[in-house]
Order: sequence, then structure tokens, then C-alpha cells
Amino acid sequence: MAEIKKVTQEKEHPMDINLAETSEIILSVRDLHVWFELRRFGFGHAGYVRAVDGVNFDLYRGEAIAIVGESGCGKSSLMKTILGLNKPTEGQVIFNGRDISKLDVKGQSWFHSKVGYVQQDPYGALPPFMDVERILSEPLIVGGIKDKEERTSRIYKALEDVKMSPVEDFLHKFPHMLSGGQQQRVVIARAMIMQPKMIIADEPVSMLDASVRVEILKLLSGLQQSYDLSVMYITHDLSTVSYFSKRIFVMYAGQVVEKAPVRELLNQPLHPYTGALLEGTSDPDANNASTFKHVPPGEPPSLVTPPMGCRYHPRCEKMMAGLCDTEVPPEFVRDNDHLVSCWLYK
Amino acid sequence: MADKPLLLVDDLVLYFRTTTGVVRAVDHVNFSLDYNKAVVVVGESGCGKSSLTKAILRLLPRNVDTYSGKVYLEGKDVMTYNEEEFRLKVRWVGMSMVPQAAMNSLNPVIKVGEQVAEPALIHMGVTKTEAIDLVRKMFQHVGVPEVFIDRYPFELSGGMRQRVAIAMALVTSPNLIILDEPTSALDVLTQANIFNVLKRIKKELGTSFILITHDIATSSELADEVAVMYAGQIVELNDAHAFFKEPLHPYSRKLMASVPRLRTEKEPEFILGQPPSLVDLPKGCRFSARCPLKFNRCIEDPPVIVKDGRTVRCWLYA
Repeated sequence: MAEIKKVTQEKEHPMDINLAETSEIILSVRDLHVWFELRRFGFGHAGYVRAVDGVNFDLYRGEAIAIVGESGCGKSSLMKTILGLNKPTEGQVIFNGRDISKLDVKGQSWFHSKVGYVQQDPYGALPPFMDVERILSEPLIVGGIKDKEERTSRIYKALEDVKMSPVEDFLHKFPHMLSGGQQQRVVIARAMIMQPKMIIADEPVSMLDASVRVEILKLLSGLQQSYDLSVMYITHDLSTVSYFSKRIFVMYAGQVVEKAPVRELLNQPLHPYTGALLEGTSDPDANNASTFKHVPPGEPPSLVTPPMGCRYHPRCEKMMAGLCDTEVPPEFVRDNDHLVSCWLYK
Repeated sequence: MADKPLLLVDDLVLYFRTTTGVVRAVDHVNFSLDYNKAVVVVGESGCGKSSLTKAILRLLPRNVDTYSGKVYLEGKDVMTYNEEEFRLKVRWVGMSMVPQAAMNSLNPVIKVGEQVAEPALIHMGVTKTEAIDLVRKMFQHVGVPEVFIDRYPFELSGGMRQRVAIAMALVTSPNLIILDEPTSALDVLTQANIFNVLKRIKKELGTSFILITHDIATSSELADEVAVMYAGQIVELNDAHAFFKEPLHPYSRKLMASVPRLRTEKEPEFILGQPPSLVDLPKGCRFSARCPLKFNRCIEDPPVIVKDGRTVRCWLYA
């Protein structure tokens, strides 16, 4: 991949931070780029889709973070790369001190037992012809737990953890016999069954009813606290993040534009895009019907040919000509924890 | 005409036959809607809100068991129309619909302009050039650039396709548009945009809307009235201001409490249990199994109680 030209700013993090297993940081994403090559007629190069373009962050043990962004902003590509499903084009994903793209077969199986994944669509994520017991046994068998009794006890524990009791009632049910909320609980139980250190939840409640949504979020947050899990919660819905995570990252067009503690971001958004997202989210209020919302014009840019400079500048009202449209804004620090990539705060 | 409501639904029933029994999806529903008003029908999935739209527009599947009641559109009893009359006089002309996931329901091999023109060509007897002029006007209303008339659906983003679907419902200038989950598959900013479009249409063209949704927070963007559906029945029908301030039915209260809010610190709650199966409904109040305020009388079916113009189906207010 030597021909890929690097377009972003230099690395934020020096590589000498201690990342041993004992470190506070469980996951470190360093200058991550995930580009997908476009081909013309099946061969011949036709550019790259820059799904993730220069993302840096650290996730601490026992911390819950949320990644917020619209569809097509690269949040799913980021998640898949962290899960090891995509190879990073450039940069590193370091989990417990080990670079996950350099793991051997044994290392991969170790990694998969330490990371759980909660999918968006529970019905699509569960095999339709397996009962709950079989679904939950599968990762244990693959993970090398040969003792049948231990497997059973772990299945019971996992189902009790997700509050599906009495367990016997559910063990021999097939996914279609469960409600949406129960299906999502099975998905969570499956993610938890190998006793992972980190959970990645990709829009875990967007397919569920409003009344069940809160229940599932509270369940996840309870599990996070009782097992001291690190959680990455990926969503497009800002109104659910505050109940769950401590920090929010806002993604736009393949880049993280703002990182901040939840309350601070909701009360005082710095990046114009974050402000627009907050304005676009409604609370139930009858007065909404009589006012128009202020929405930035246009749509997110193509990731094949992203705009020069700040990627939000064509839609931004505070755009400064000669700066925003030519130079990529670096990350500016505001009050220790609040980082924003916008020239307004230089 | 002015004293009659635009739409009056009287004792509407729609049951389906399935292998497990009769599904009572729409069970004696009554409501009315005035000109230039929007009613929002909220409820969990499987409460019968989509079936309600099908019953109003008579878009019925084959396994209908019972279909009865009265639907008056602009004072005319449309239930007495035969299939052909209904197609000619009611659908598109009297009321049109933006179906669920409308943006994926466009024909991929026909230009969007032609698709939007089609209902006008069939129902209004206009020539092709007149129809294209109409399309141009409608695209302006919904905020789609005119050049998109000659494009195919795959060349448009999700938000644009949704606008095209709304333009299609508008092109025959009906007084009533039924929207089934118009924004649930869209992003936050696109969602806000679509609601701006709908508000503008309502203001400029005086159209009425029935909005079916499970998302109470965004539904407040359009609502004049709120109807809460539970297990095939409307359990509360209320003015939007009164509803968002103080919902009456215990289910509505729970539903409102379950909405995650951005601007308050209040923790959302969730509703224990699940809605009853529409095949095997409980005898009394259908919400009684999950209701925190349940008392002895709830084993009897609660009546519809009207109080200060607010309709609620609960014994608490008897």
C-alpha cells in the first residue's frame, strides 16, 4: 500500500506510551486509516473510499464511550476494523498491548474471547435454526471449553445476567419465538459468554420499540458496571448516549471532529456539526410543531473525493474562507477533556 | 362542508385470519380529523397502527376475516364504494399514502420524474407536459432540485428519495396524506429536514396528515393531536399540547416516560412485560397486565370516556 498518499496531520500519540496488559488503557487506536479500493470493471484502479481517515483515541478499562455520527460517516468501518474484520490500511489498533492486525491464529482466538460484539438487528444476527442453548454453546465450543457442565453453568449465568429467567423457559426456544427485546438479550448474552473485557455495541437498540429500548440500554449499562467492562456504543441517536457513556466522539466523513465528556458536549457543543446534530434531535414537546428546525444545507460529502481542508466546510455557516477550505484543522484542546477539530478554536 | 370533518372513522374493524387464529389488528377504532390538521398515531410495533392505515385506504391482504365500520371522507361514506369507484375517487385523489420505507419503494428503472407524474396522469387526466409541470411544482414544495426529474432513484440519497415519495403523494393534491413511519430509516439531520418539509406543506397547501410512528419525540414535530394505540384499540386521543403536558392513560404515561430526552437529566423508565397477543386478548382492559394502577374493575372492558374533549379508555376516569 505504499502508493497511498497520507493526507492527514501527523500522529498525535507517540508510540512510547506504556501499553502493557496492566495499563489503564485497554484499547488504543492510532492514526487509523481504513480505505477501500474502488475498481473499474473489476480491475483497474478507480480511487479509494476513505471510510476512516485518521482516527486516534484511547479507551480505558471500565469506560463506556459513544461514537455518534450519521450513516456513511465511517463509524461501522471503524468498529469492524477494531473487531479485526477489516485490515487497517494504515495505523494500528492495539488491544491489551498487542497489535490486532498482527495476531496469529492463537492470538486471534484470544482476541475474540476478550471482545464481545452486539449487533444492530438481533433477528438477523441469530441463526434461525438454532435454539438459544445451541446459540450460546457455539462460542464456548469454539473457544475451547470442553467440559459440558461448565458450558451449561456459563449459559445459565449469561442468561440470568441478561434477566432471562427462569432460564429453562428460554433454553429451547428458537429466535422467532422470542420478542425483539428478548432476541437482543440473547445477542448480549452471546457477547458476554466468553467473559470479555470489552463490548462493541453497534446501534443495539435502533431496531427495537421505544419501551424496550430503555430496558436494553439499562441492562447494558448494568453489565458494564458490574463486570467493569469497556464499552464502545455506536449510535446515531444523541438522546440515548447520556444514559450510558461518559465520553462522546462525534464522527463526520471518516474523521472524529469532537471528543468530550457527555454532559459537556450536550450543554456546550463546540463543533458546528455537533451543534447541528443537537438542534436536529427532538424532545417530545407540542411546541415543536409550530417552529421550523435549523438544518445545515447539503449532505455529507463523498468519501471518495472528500473536500479539501475541513470536511464540514461546504455546509458550515461559520466557514472562514482561505482557512477552512484549504487546511485541515488539527485537534484543539479545550478544558483538558474537550477536544475539537475546528479552526474556530485555534 | 365546513361543519363536517375531513375524515371520520366510525367503529372500524379489521381482523385477519391466520393459522393460529383471528388477529384483531384494528378493533373498533373511532376518530375524526379536521382540515389542515395532523394526527399522530403512536404505539409499539404490533399494536395495529399500520393495519389501521390499510383499513382506511382499503389496501387489504387476502386473509381478511372481518372488515367493517364506516369511513367518511369529506362527508361521503367511502365504505359503500365498490373497488373501482374507490380506486378512482378515493385513492390518490381523496387521500394518498407514503408507505413505510417509501424511499426503497421507488421503481429502480424508471426516472423519478416519471414516477411522480404517474398518479397525475392516471387520476387527473392531464397531458404529459402538464404532468411534468406539476412534478416541477411539487419538487419545489418538497425541496428537490428540478434537475432530479431526469434521474433514477439510485442516483439520489435516502433523504432525497423520501422527498420524492412525498412529492408523489402530493402530486394529485389530496386533502389527506397518510405517512407510515416516514423518517424512521433516516439520519437525524435528514429527519429534521423532512419534518420541515411536511410543516411547510401543511402551512402552504393546507393538507391534513395522519402520521404513523413509534417515535414520540419526532412525532411532536407535526402533531396537532395524538392518538395512542394499544393492542388494536385507540386508548387515548388528545390534543397535542395537553398530551405532551399530561398524558391521561397509564400506558401513555409509561410511553412518555420511556422516551430518552436530550435536554433533561431525568432517567427514562421502561414498561415491564409485553403487549398481549392480538389472537388471544385478555377479557378486560388490554393494558391491565402491565398497568401499575390496576384495580378490581379492570377485569371489565373499560369504556371510552370523553372528558373536556379528551378521549381516554380507562376506568380511572369513569
